[in-house]
Amino acid sequence: MPWNRRKRIERASDLRLESQIGEEERFGDLMRRMARENRTAMASFVIIVLMALAAILAPLLTPYAETDMDLLNRLAPPSAAHLLGTDEGGRDVLTRLLFGARVSLLIGVVPALLSLILGALMGVIAGYRGGMADAIIMRVADITLAFPSMLLAMVIMYSLGGGIVNVFLTLTLVNWANVARVVRSETLRIRSGAFVEAARVIGVSRDRIMRRHILPNCLPTLLVLFTLNIPTSILTESSLSFLGLGIQPPNASWGLMINTGRQYLYNAPWLCFAPGAAIMLIVLAFNFLGNGLLDVLDPRQKKQ
Amino acid sequence: MKRSLAHRLIQALVVLTGVVLITFVMLRIVPGNPIETMMGEHADGATIQRMTAEMGLDQPLINQFFRYISSVVRGDFGTSYSLGRPVSELMGNAFANTLTLALLAALFAWIVGLGCGIFSAVNKNRLSDRLLMGTSLLGISLPVFMAAMFLQYVFAYRLHWLPVSGTDSWKGFILPAIALGWNNAGQVAQMTRTTLLETLQEDYIDTARAKGQGTMGVLVFHALRNAMLPVMTMMTIQLSGLLSGAVITETVFSINGVGRLMVQAISGRDIPLLQATSLLATGMVILGSLLADCLYAVLDPRIRRGD
Repeated sequence: MPWNRRKRIERASDLRLESQIGEEERFGDLMRRMARENRTAMASFVIIVLMALAAILAPLLTPYAETDMDLLNRLAPPSAAHLLGTDEGGRDVLTRLLFGARVSLLIGVVPALLSLILGALMGVIAGYRGGMADAIIMRVADITLAFPSMLLAMVIMYSLGGGIVNVFLTLTLVNWANVARVVRSETLRIRSGAFVEAARVIGVSRDRIMRRHILPNCLPTLLVLFTLNIPTSILTESSLSFLGLGIQPPNASWGLMINTGRQYLYNAPWLCFAPGAAIMLIVLAFNFLGNGLLDVLDPRQKKQ
Repeated sequence: MKRSLAHRLIQALVVLTGVVLITFVMLRIVPGNPIETMMGEHADGATIQRMTAEMGLDQPLINQFFRYISSVVRGDFGTSYSLGRPVSELMGNAFANTLTLALLAALFAWIVGLGCGIFSAVNKNRLSDRLLMGTSLLGISLPVFMAAMFLQYVFAYRLHWLPVSGTDSWKGFILPAIALGWNNAGQVAQMTRTTLLETLQEDYIDTARAKGQGTMGVLVFHALRNAMLPVMTMMTIQLSGLLSGAVITETVFSINGVGRLMVQAISGRDIPLLQATSLLATGMVILGSLLADCLYAVLDPRIRRGD
């Protein structure tokens, strides 16, 4: 199992849809095949769905409101009434965790999607147009990748200021370069295919070839990159919020909960460890799912 | 070999210049005059104007950029707004601490990761292998801030074995280094196991065995040496992660390093300090990947000869 990020990304660039080797495969079939071949990935998928449901249904799942203060019950250890204890304001930690899941999941999904779109666009343009556009886009990508991701995120957050929209923007600007690199190499491979040549010969315009022939063929790769970018976004955001540079109160992501809980690490460790465990679980689940998709979509893997 | 190295060197310089340019522009598009922020609400207009002119902040951005570049080349990073001391002086100390921390973390990751990976590969599919690989998976998915706080809670707060924070003695570096290296140790272990198992299937391993080389000899002199190459590549990628993680680790354990300096620069809206620290950190990553390329060439004769 390739756990190394770059290796996984390299492998992702070799994926293709079944349609290319003859038979059509729909998304439902794909998931069924994954359930058969890779139990861990399927279990991760179920965990992710459950967590998303818990986040959406949060108000129904807990008797407390997110902001219910109970000053007589500050920093209470886990008990039957408060399964994960209470925080410095006497608020129920489990409730805050459920509501925090909304922010944290959103922060995983939105920037992953945005960086996918930006990266795919840049990658296709660089790969298909070549020349000057290619040189400029790829140099900018190189520079982006030269930054340790946290430091780049910190610099961008500094100039944009805190808040959830700026976190989205920052994570997009940090993560697009990887996607662009992979999509560019995909485009170079697809471009030399006979069907692209045929389309060009019958006079299909350049933009239409990019839209109708090249991008759809990158879809399996993009699906895997999307799944693997989600945990990266969640981790970067929680690190930023941990330093107080990300999400600002009253919004509460898991990272921000850890940031405020850190002062009470000695007396009330559950304030940090409960959201920390939630972050670990979701990151692990997305990583397993990404690896599962990689295996299911990889034609070489199947022949073995 | 020499040509490709020169090529890499030029590329590194281009990227480094790009880094300076991007951070420079990004930090200057922040709304508000930094001088006003620095002097607080009570400063009068004339003083602000004088200070702005003194620091050259009233010049066009392009002039400011070239002025900055030329002073950086001379080793002058300006004066910190918030701490009032030369940035280069502040960075010297911080750099030493961060370097120590990163090297210790890498050392931990390599010893533990390699050891576990080799042990797992030799005991493939036994219970010990599964347990070890499960643990390393846990190590990979553990965010740095969780590892840091967990170690701090258990070994400093509860057991009192090691100091909670600071670097007054060498003991202060133990927990931060483990917290920072934990993640990488897991990655190295997984990677070592996979590549070692692949290498052990090669024909030259059978040849070595047939010639009468013992199990240990095959492992060390034939398999491990070849399995090391992909693992070496990973080190380069890890360096950048180590620096990202150092920001968190230094904050949790209150170590005065480059990362913590950067956090301070952000909260103090200290542009010269922030610019210099991000330049230093990126420079370290670029230099690290250059070094790794050289090392790679030394280890792999095919690259050295330029095939």
